[in-house]
Amino acid sequence: MHEIKLEKLDDNRWLVPKVGAMRVPGIIYASVKIHDLLGHDESAKQVANVAHLPGIVNFSLAMPDVHWGYGFPIGGVAAFDMEEGIISPGGVGYDINCGCRLMTTELTLPDIRERIKDLTVGLYQHIPAGVGSTGHVKLSGKDQKKVLEDGAAWAVKAGFGSVSDLETTEDGGCMTGADPEQVSVRAMERGKEQLGTLGSGNHFLEIEVVEEIFDEKAARAFGLRKGQIVVMIHTGSRGLGYQICDDYLALMVKHQSETGIALPDRQLACTYLSSPRGRNYLAAMACGANYAWANRQILMHLTREVFEKTLRIAPRELQMRLVYDVCHNIAKIESFNLAGIEKKLCVHRKGATRAYPAGHEVVPARYRSVGQPVLIPGDMGAGSYVLVGQEKAMSETFGSACHGAGRVMSRTQAIKSSRGRSISRELADQGVLVMSAGKGTLSEEMPEAYKDLNDVVQVVHDAGIACKVAKLKSIACIKG
Amino acid sequence: MKKIRFLVDAVIIDYNNAMLNYTFFDHTADIGVEIFGQTRKELFANASLALKEILFDIPSTEPLRGRKKIITVEGADTTDLLINYLREILYLVNGEGWIVRNAEITRCGSKRLTANLQLEPFDQKKYAIKVELKAVTYHNASVKKEHSGWRAKVIFDV
Repeated sequence: MHEIKLEKLDDNRWLVPKVGAMRVPGIIYASVKIHDLLGHDESAKQVANVAHLPGIVNFSLAMPDVHWGYGFPIGGVAAFDMEEGIISPGGVGYDINCGCRLMTTELTLPDIRERIKDLTVGLYQHIPAGVGSTGHVKLSGKDQKKVLEDGAAWAVKAGFGSVSDLETTEDGGCMTGADPEQVSVRAMERGKEQLGTLGSGNHFLEIEVVEEIFDEKAARAFGLRKGQIVVMIHTGSRGLGYQICDDYLALMVKHQSETGIALPDRQLACTYLSSPRGRNYLAAMACGANYAWANRQILMHLTREVFEKTLRIAPRELQMRLVYDVCHNIAKIESFNLAGIEKKLCVHRKGATRAYPAGHEVVPARYRSVGQPVLIPGDMGAGSYVLVGQEKAMSETFGSACHGAGRVMSRTQAIKSSRGRSISRELADQGVLVMSAGKGTLSEEMPEAYKDLNDVVQVVHDAGIACKVAKLKSIACIKG
Repeated sequence: MKKIRFLVDAVIIDYNNAMLNYTFFDHTADIGVEIFGQTRKELFANASLALKEILFDIPSTEPLRGRKKIITVEGADTTDLLINYLREILYLVNGEGWIVRNAEITRCGSKRLTANLQLEPFDQKKYAIKVELKAVTYHNASVKKEHSGWRAKVIFDV
């Protein structure tokens, strides 16, 4: 593995030793099997690079879905001191508040077995997906500012869903401190027509069935039961978020020398949290986060419409209810107990999900006795997992767990190994109906391109940072 | 440091005559490109062609049409200049709906360039768009002057 030799700490954790200008060591959560995959890319080096940043607390962390990103590894978690620490737009990622939303229904597989194709076609036609797709919601400048300030609450007010949805959205679907004045004209322009769109790449909307329950108590609290039809949505802040990240990254690279911070990789460009530029980025990032929450709220509403119309059932019969909505590309100011002292830190989660335990005040009241739902989408064939946050996450990972399976194959390799095969046919044989807007998307996103989701989830479960509640099997998937 | 493995695949990428101007390399999540040029101007012109090829399926026989746009870009050094230049082109695509069909670099120093771009409005019915690029990243980016000319590396976030 390049120059980095990982030291095994226990069955689920590997130490990246502190060398050179690293301020703290790194820890990668991985089984032996996942560790062996790390040698194929530069993710361990990226964990070490993040450890060079000022104000980093305890460790530079990576979850078991870790893979080679740009700057931070995907699956990276790092917390920074509010006075001495930094904020890095690249540590949040281009897709600000990319995340997942899981909805339950009162339907079971026999209820829709004959209508799966109709439902999938309906979703594909009703939900804009694909590169540069535009949405049903056209925003005036004034409305767009409200979206950026109010997030999912704006969407509810505009008629997409109900107020109760906000209770089970991380942060209530609105990050405080959003200031549209800190968002560029370019970003605003890109956001105007993309609200209510799925996007492309690894973003998707899936109909799934609850295949297995591991934790009855938590499943009951989350409203999940075996055989139930659920829907998972995975998308983020679209072009608006990408532009906010890129604008601030360019700005921070330009002024990096003024900060006096030496970087092992320019993509880690950053500034002090306490600086005006750092505060401006946080205010702009919150706008991106809020746009993403409004986006997923609208997509949930469109999904509900398709189900009701296609199956000709009333809302009361469908009962599409939001289990939870989590973000997995974000920087958040959160409180942690450091050696007995409660301290506010800025936690960067770059492809990592918050995983708060039972009893924590930010966990919605209805889940507080079990903990926060942690939504882990897999590849098209693997389905998804629902986990629940554990106390150990607070002491070890700044309240974080993994966010998916994590790529193991490059897009080129995936296209190459899918040549001569019909991925949609193979998935259909496994009982998964797939519709995709982009012709190359299915090849790039083929199941073998990802790590085995079961292996990834088992690591966070065994490490005790988030425990398995339910496994969801894919039935149908629409992709951009 | 481990050498990045090059996986040139002419079928996937459809190089045509561009083979000597740029090649694509593997990155787990994203798309990497290595660009070559006899001169710095040629390097930058080829970079925009590589970006066009990642994004669009346009037959090489398709005549150039549309309008011209002159842009001036600045950077802290040549690598930053290349990122900012590609960033500007990507915005014209993602933000304004243009295809940058061709680029003539009229002036190019280490920190500033002027380019004359050939823009065609993107028409989904006419051309297929292959992938959504979120951004041009600084990760492992480099521009070097070598014995035989210029060589650069850039990774795009997909």
